Amino acid sequence: MTATRTEKKRKSDSAAATQQGDPTLNLELLRSMLLQRRFEERCAEAYALGKIGGFCHLYIGQEAVSTGALSMLRPDDYVITTYRDHGPALARGMTPRAVMAELFGRQDGCARGKGGSMHMFDTNTNFLGGHGIVGGHVPIATGVGFAIKYRGGDQVIVCFMGESVVNTGAFHEALNMAGLWKLPCVFIIENNRYGMGTALERASAIHDIYERGAAYNMPRNQCDGQDVFAVRQAVGEAVERARKEQIPTLLEVRTYRFMGHSMSDAVSGTYRPKSELEEYMKRDPITLLRTHMQEAGQLTDEQLQKLDEELKAIVQDSWDFAESSPELPVEALYEDVYADTTT
Amino acid sequence: MPVITYRDALGAAIREEMQRDDRVFLMGEEVAVYQGAYKVSKGFLQEFGEMRVVDTPITELGFAGVGVGAAMVGLRPVIEFMTWNFALLALDQVVNAAAKMLYMSGGQYKMPIVFRGPNGAALQLSAQHSQAWESWLAHIPGLKVIAPGTPYDAKGLLKSAIRDDNPVCVLEGEMLYNTKGEVPDEEYLIPLGKAELKREGEHCSIITHGKMVLVALQAADQLAKEGINIDVVDLRTIRPMDVEAIGESVKKTNRAVVLEEGWEMCGVGAQVVDYIQRDCFDYLDAPVVRVHQADTPMPYAKGLEKAAKPDLPKAIAAVRKVMYLD
Amino acid sequence: MATKVFMEALSPTMEEGRLVKWLKNEGDTVKSGEALAEVETDKAIMELVARGDGVLRKRLINEGDTAPVGTLAGVIATADENIDALVAGAGAPAPAAGAPTPEKVVATQQETAGASSIPRRAEESQGEASTPPQQKVAATPPASPGGGPAAPAPSGGNIQPPTGDVRSSPLARRLASERGLDLHSVQGSGPNGRIIKRDIEAAAAAGAAAPSAAAVTPSAPVIPREGDYHDEPLTSIRKTIARRLGESIGPIPTFYLTAEFDLTRVMEMRKAMTELGDQFKVSVNDVLLKATAVALSQHPEVNAHWLNDKIRYHNRVHLGMAVATDDGLIVPVIWDADRKRMSEISREAKELAKRARERKLKPEEFTGSTFSVSNLGMFGIDQFTAIINPPEAGILAIGTSEEKLVVVNGEPVVRSRVRVTMSCDHRIIDGAVGAKFLQTLRRLIENPLMLVY
Repeated sequence: MTATRTEKKRKSDSAAATQQGDPTLNLELLRSMLLQRRFEERCAEAYALGKIGGFCHLYIGQEAVSTGALSMLRPDDYVITTYRDHGPALARGMTPRAVMAELFGRQDGCARGKGGSMHMFDTNTNFLGGHGIVGGHVPIATGVGFAIKYRGGDQVIVCFMGESVVNTGAFHEALNMAGLWKLPCVFIIENNRYGMGTALERASAIHDIYERGAAYNMPRNQCDGQDVFAVRQAVGEAVERARKEQIPTLLEVRTYRFMGHSMSDAVSGTYRPKSELEEYMKRDPITLLRTHMQEAGQLTDEQLQKLDEELKAIVQDSWDFAESSPELPVEALYEDVYADTTT
Repeated sequence: MPVITYRDALGAAIREEMQRDDRVFLMGEEVAVYQGAYKVSKGFLQEFGEMRVVDTPITELGFAGVGVGAAMVGLRPVIEFMTWNFALLALDQVVNAAAKMLYMSGGQYKMPIVFRGPNGAALQLSAQHSQAWESWLAHIPGLKVIAPGTPYDAKGLLKSAIRDDNPVCVLEGEMLYNTKGEVPDEEYLIPLGKAELKREGEHCSIITHGKMVLVALQAADQLAKEGINIDVVDLRTIRPMDVEAIGESVKKTNRAVVLEEGWEMCGVGAQVVDYIQRDCFDYLDAPVVRVHQADTPMPYAKGLEKAAKPDLPKAIAAVRKVMYLD
Repeated sequence: MATKVFMEALSPTMEEGRLVKWLKNEGDTVKSGEALAEVETDKAIMELVARGDGVLRKRLINEGDTAPVGTLAGVIATADENIDALVAGAGAPAPAAGAPTPEKVVATQQETAGASSIPRRAEESQGEASTPPQQKVAATPPASPGGGPAAPAPSGGNIQPPTGDVRSSPLARRLASERGLDLHSVQGSGPNGRIIKRDIEAAAAAGAAAPSAAAVTPSAPVIPREGDYHDEPLTSIRKTIARRLGESIGPIPTFYLTAEFDLTRVMEMRKAMTELGDQFKVSVNDVLLKATAVALSQHPEVNAHWLNDKIRYHNRVHLGMAVATDDGLIVPVIWDADRKRMSEISREAKELAKRARERKLKPEEFTGSTFSVSNLGMFGIDQFTAIINPPEAGILAIGTSEEKLVVVNGEPVVRSRVRVTMSCDHRIIDGAVGAKFLQTLRRLIENPLMLVY
């Protein structure tokens, strides 16, 4: 471990401790994470009912990463992520209706039903998309960082990626330029341990993959992705560094997905035993936050139940909305292929 | 009218657009300090500074993606590939990102980006450096693809490409950079998607683009001496293709040769022939003949390279064939 | 792949053919273009050629049998190919487009030489033929050997195989359709005989209808040229004449003009020429043919075809010459007769008559006349009326030449005389027009030196 990391981590611990006492903020975090959970549980149901098609990658188990990271951003910052994007989209503030309608392939979806599960986009929240090619979006994040610097702004871009991305060429090319040009990028590796069914240890020559940042002279860090406070702490530092000093960071967030790689993949099986899954599920990020709040006297059972009911109702509303939203007419097939504008 | 090189016409187009719009920047290998691998960006670094004229590492996929990201949030990148052969490494960004961003975001994220560089064979650069990619790129909905054959077209089309809110691939030619032509001082734009009838004739159409435009014009000159008058249709834009111009010419001449630098299989010519059979079926007096690179990787040896490349004798032979003269 | 051998339409009007003789045995190797059998058509004995390479595996028509055009006559295939399925369908005509049915066969050979002057040809039975006259034009190859880029015509004739398979460019098809041309009637000059634009233009220029327009003789290949004729739309008076007279007398309102010409000078000329040597010997008929041709060249109003909606005035004179054969009449054609020297006409007339009697005429040798002549003088017929050979405007019937007592300058003298009767289609030729033509003809025949002018 590098000195830098050790130092950062220590700082993280103290900063996180100071934040954990804010009951209003904590309720917001819980609300965000629980919304993602309830939303995606219904996604699984809708998928089983054939209302959602194609590939559908659920985020369940990783909610502390999206919520923790994006809670540290300003509205004018940018977010880009992979195809496992429902959680980050909701955590960024996209409406459940727009996301669900997109999943249902309807006109009121955030991308008019043309993107689907893997391609959530929203200009209102500067959500630059879910991207379907592993590693493909990382250079784009660097480009956004370049544009921010080009314009002299103080925004940042947060780029989520799975741990398998670190083995792609695009990752290295993108991080090299971000490091070389000092761009305001926060690269967050959501290390959920498996690239589809291949364990990190079977795919990467080093296992502390945040160390790859050393190759690009980039500050790097590692944190617990099930602990929303730890994520907030680590991302907060990285965002501040990017915003103020235009220095990029590579952050490895250790998390775990509780579902299969996608809806068409087994939750456990040849690549990971059920026992491992059960072990990790003991550290459900939502349970950890809830327990923390209950122990600190910030949340009653009644409040929790009320929150849960409210969120379930919101998700049901998004379902109803999606179902009633029309499909695009066939004429729309050819729309959006080209912009008919020039400057 | 001033006569300038194709190289300078491209440079002038980018310079004028950078002067006009400060969101436009040039990025690529050797574009700044080195003044451009082919000197298209000579003097740019001095004029615009290093934030707008950006040397990249040799990292095609990476900097193509940087361009895509910058375009997503409002800049107007001009991404230079030292050659399109190297751009193959960047195709994921061109095809999976740039071409599809508008569509998969349901119309939210425009992609005003230009990818440009020399395309096709120069001289004895052998297999990996002598490839014409237009059919690959033109295959992709969401991309526009242009292939100017003259300095005038190069400038007018590139300026339009930079102003276009869609990703535009510009296929230039190493062998074209030194060619000269009249280019007016005053500003002009050539709309994308419009072919130009570079020569008028009634006996046979040659439909072509890019570097092969010059070959087609030479063929037309030579055949005119035999009393065979060629309609030379310069597509200029491969995608969207000016189907009307093709139809107009072939309906007039009833015979067509499609001349291109790339390979035969699934080439641009195949698409042109398809448009012809769709629109001009009842006007065809002979099957369309295609001229293209031999179906092999480009060899190094001079004689073999000549045999592999489409050229003037092959173009003329094709016209004679389609005219039933041989 | 097996190639079927069909009874082909080996003449423009042939609807069935008699297989005279097989030239190949079953098991013989044959090449495309090679003669397989001799077939007697309505006009001649023609060769049926192979359309593919291989072994003649099966002969399906017996020698001497008659079969409609389109009937499977044999199968060419590789030695071991299974042809059962092909052979199974034998006996019935192929369901080919345009193949005439046997019912439509026109009896063309029932007339005898003496009873009628001219054999009927397909045009005469237009009403029942499946193709309008225009389509027949080009049943003849327009191109000559070496005459430009044309591909060689299929040997053995110019008729498309009865498969309905015509190679043509899409443009040619559209142009043909716009101009009402049947592609079967156009010879292609593109690769593999593909009909292309220039062929349609040539065919259109050559004229839609006349069988003459494109026919050739082997001795004088003829390429249709622009300006060979001009068409004139019918004036209303011509239409009325055509309609009224047609109602009166039949489809061709014919009238007859008879004249008697003095042959004294013709005889003198013959004598003088014969004295120069046998090689200079010409017959009276030769002189009459030549004179008729020259007169026609001076009277295009007579050298014309009736095309229903218009009259085609020919600028070239292709003279039909009725010849009696054992089987019936046939009218071989002397092409450009007005431009040929007497010796050429003499030689050609003899040759054509001989080949006609041997039934060796090729289709292009008996189609395409612009005007015809029939001579029954050798049978001692004083004068007769011949039946017009449609769509021609007239026919000249020549009687026997004989010595007669006539009055010249008030004195009775013996003179050699011949009577000619011109049958005129009144729709084209009025009485005075025909009379003027005969006037010219008289002048030429009575002053044969004019023929060398």
